[in-house]
Amino acid sequence: MAVTRHSDAVAPVRRSGPITIWLTRHVSTSIGSLGRLVRQPFASLMIILVIAVTLAIPAALNLIVKNARSISDSWDNALDFSIYLNLSISETDAQALARLIEQRADVESVQLITAGEALTEFKQQSGFGQALDHLSENPLPHTLVVRPGPANTSASMILLQEELSNLPEADIVQVDTEWVQRFHAILDIVRQGILIGASLLGVAIIVIIGNTIRLDIQNRREEIEVTKLIGGSNGFVRRPFLWSGFWYGLFGGLLALALVQYGLFLLEQPAARLAGLYQSGIAILALSRNESLSILAIGIGLGLIGSWFAAARHMRRIEPR
Amino acid sequence: MIQLDNVTKRYPGGQEALSGLTLSVDKGEMLFVTGHSGAGKSTLLRLIALIERPTSGQVIVDGQNTRRVKRRKIPAYRRQIGMVFQDHKLLYDRPVSDNVALPLVIAGVGHREAGRRVRAALDQVGLLHKEKQRPETLSAGEQQRVGIARAIVTRPKLLIADEPTGNLDPDLSLEVMRIFRRFNEVGVTLLIASHDLSLIDRMGCPRIALEDGRLISEQEDDPSWQ
Repeated sequence: MAVTRHSDAVAPVRRSGPITIWLTRHVSTSIGSLGRLVRQPFASLMIILVIAVTLAIPAALNLIVKNARSISDSWDNALDFSIYLNLSISETDAQALARLIEQRADVESVQLITAGEALTEFKQQSGFGQALDHLSENPLPHTLVVRPGPANTSASMILLQEELSNLPEADIVQVDTEWVQRFHAILDIVRQGILIGASLLGVAIIVIIGNTIRLDIQNRREEIEVTKLIGGSNGFVRRPFLWSGFWYGLFGGLLALALVQYGLFLLEQPAARLAGLYQSGIAILALSRNESLSILAIGIGLGLIGSWFAAARHMRRIEPR
Repeated sequence: MIQLDNVTKRYPGGQEALSGLTLSVDKGEMLFVTGHSGAGKSTLLRLIALIERPTSGQVIVDGQNTRRVKRRKIPAYRRQIGMVFQDHKLLYDRPVSDNVALPLVIAGVGHREAGRRVRAALDQVGLLHKEKQRPETLSAGEQQRVGIARAIVTRPKLLIADEPTGNLDPDLSLEVMRIFRRFNEVGVTLLIASHDLSLIDRMGCPRIALEDGRLISEQEDDPSWQ
């Protein structure tokens, strides 16, 4: 009757292989834990809902960023060039040049903003109106705003920009990509922010599940005590609580996916209408399969971490008296 | 089977529950421990079950020095011993059969085998017909028999019982003792703490008496009992 490995403890019992035992135990424990959840439907649903919302918020925000990025990517090819002409170029020459550029196949339209128009606009918008009145001559050049044709690729855009820069009349050629780049930088910051927020929410989920499991452990204190008294190991008494955490996480993740999908469904029609107004083929990007699986995995992972913390912390203190 | 060598158990606060107790229980013996409450009966059983450890001295159970059983190995150690408690320690949220099956579930016995053994154990205590009932619907005597079925379902070689008849009337007590005796007859070693002297007299088993943590008398079995 020496103490050997625990599976040998009950010598006279005919037993199956260790893997079968392990599997059987887990299957029956997981079903048992699931049964416990089902028997307290309201309490379980509240926790699952909290987890789902907590998971769905960062998932939805991430989806918004993803969509914003994909839409702004399609804007890249519809950028205007501003050609600031040399100060010596007259308005007539500028008009001639505008017509010349407009004839290019890769250009859709050219608009001339004369120095006078530019100054008027600057006076109105800069707030220096009165001060600018004292200028003896207009320091601003004529400007051509070139809108490239829709068929342009990134490479042909670069080529066009080069050719426009090489025009003798051109002083500076500016591509208005800056705001797109700024927009992307903002999106990156937002994405980082979401990541930080999501991490905090993840900690919240761990705490919520941990606290739920802690209460569960307290309610089942007697059962744990008796089980330990007749030879249940810490691992044995911990197992059902880990499974509870697993189920909370899994169902929370599934409900989070459902919430996000429902949100997408609600946005689908307005988005289609908007796309129709802009005559663009932009459609809302849904969660990819990997993203969906990640949400489930994160839910389950957080559930297991939360329940493991609670079990490790509170189980040890419950010993037979 | 059980050997205590100069065992002392002192609780924080200086109170001594056992003082230099030396005692041995042979294999196949059915031994009663008597004494007033506070005499050290429960402490003795708790040391054997490794619920507590002695302050000094050695407790050897079936050749195993309990001092050498590491904390992590205590569950495996306890699975070798059947334990019966005064308050039954049943789980009231599940039927009788699940209560009895618990040690088998812990040991990882397969479902079908466990069911067979649970029924055999319940049959031995005469409660096979109540396997589907919840413990709270049973009488105190029946609950105690469920506790006994749970203790013997793994067929331990040693059974320890702490006041197993403490809450039972004399008829039920005798019934429980007869069940114990039947196990003893098939070779199980039993150590039973009880203060019910008239009942022990009727059983005619060897007994020891404790007082203030010391052994005050040892008495061989009485062959006149039948």
